[in-house]
Amino acid sequence: MQTFIDIVLFLMLAATAISIVRTKSLFAIVMLSGVFSLLSALLLVTLDAVDVAFTEAAVGAGISTVLMLGTLALTSRTEKPSSHSNFVPFVVVLITGAALIYGTLDMPNFGDPNAPAHVHVGPDYLERSVEEIDVPNVVTSILASYRGFDTLGETAVVFTAGIAVLLLISGLRRRREDEEADEVDDNEGQS
Amino acid sequence: MFAVAAIGLFIAMLLVLIRLYSGPTLYDRVLAVNSFGTHTVLFIGVLGFLNGRPDFLDIALLYALINFVGTIAILKYFRYRAIGDMSPVTRKKETGL
Repeated sequence: MQTFIDIVLFLMLAATAISIVRTKSLFAIVMLSGVFSLLSALLLVTLDAVDVAFTEAAVGAGISTVLMLGTLALTSRTEKPSSHSNFVPFVVVLITGAALIYGTLDMPNFGDPNAPAHVHVGPDYLERSVEEIDVPNVVTSILASYRGFDTLGETAVVFTAGIAVLLLISGLRRRREDEEADEVDDNEGQS
Repeated sequence: MFAVAAIGLFIAMLLVLIRLYSGPTLYDRVLAVNSFGTHTVLFIGVLGFLNGRPDFLDIALLYALINFVGTIAILKYFRYRAIGDMSPVTRKKETGL
């Protein structure tokens, strides 16, 4: 049953991807990519990675759909027909895909207890985190304590990026509102 | 029993996907995405019971929330052609105030 579910989900995923490539209406493509990330979230749920699946659904189907619609409001709504041939990109994609599949060949099986991730430092963390950190959730203790500086750096990067985006957007909007207010003043002067 | 439910959900998903790929109007596609989100919620629930560990039902509820907010955003784009704040001038033109 598990294999059957995986195969059906992957078939739907491939069909959605092909349809994204073949569609010209950008709005339809935004809808299709939302469904694409819902499908990949389902695949991640079948792999028991519920948290990753939830991030995929929130970012892929939620935020990026909204962001792409916001972009569509500023640009045109149909894709321009491409002038050059698709052969070279197709070959590049094929080679990259083959390299990725080749890379998975010597990976450990799914759920293998002897995988390097489960025999190296993992058991150590599981044993010691309760007495060392005293937080019941091991993931939290690893993220916030063992890898505390790493998480602090990540937070600083995201915070800086957020401030930069806010500054850029607020500057842009103020300038546009000034221009529009000028136009309204001109029109009222004429009438 | 749950396997039958999963297969039924797959068939429903396929029908929705066909509507999404071919959908003549944009509203068909919005509705297809929305109901596909609902199918995702249902499928996560069925998958939990199928594997005998229905621990992820609350996460399925969160998917329903994301789905709802996303659909509101898409429909707002239809109505106003913009997602965020409108400038005062556009708002004046839209509402006539």
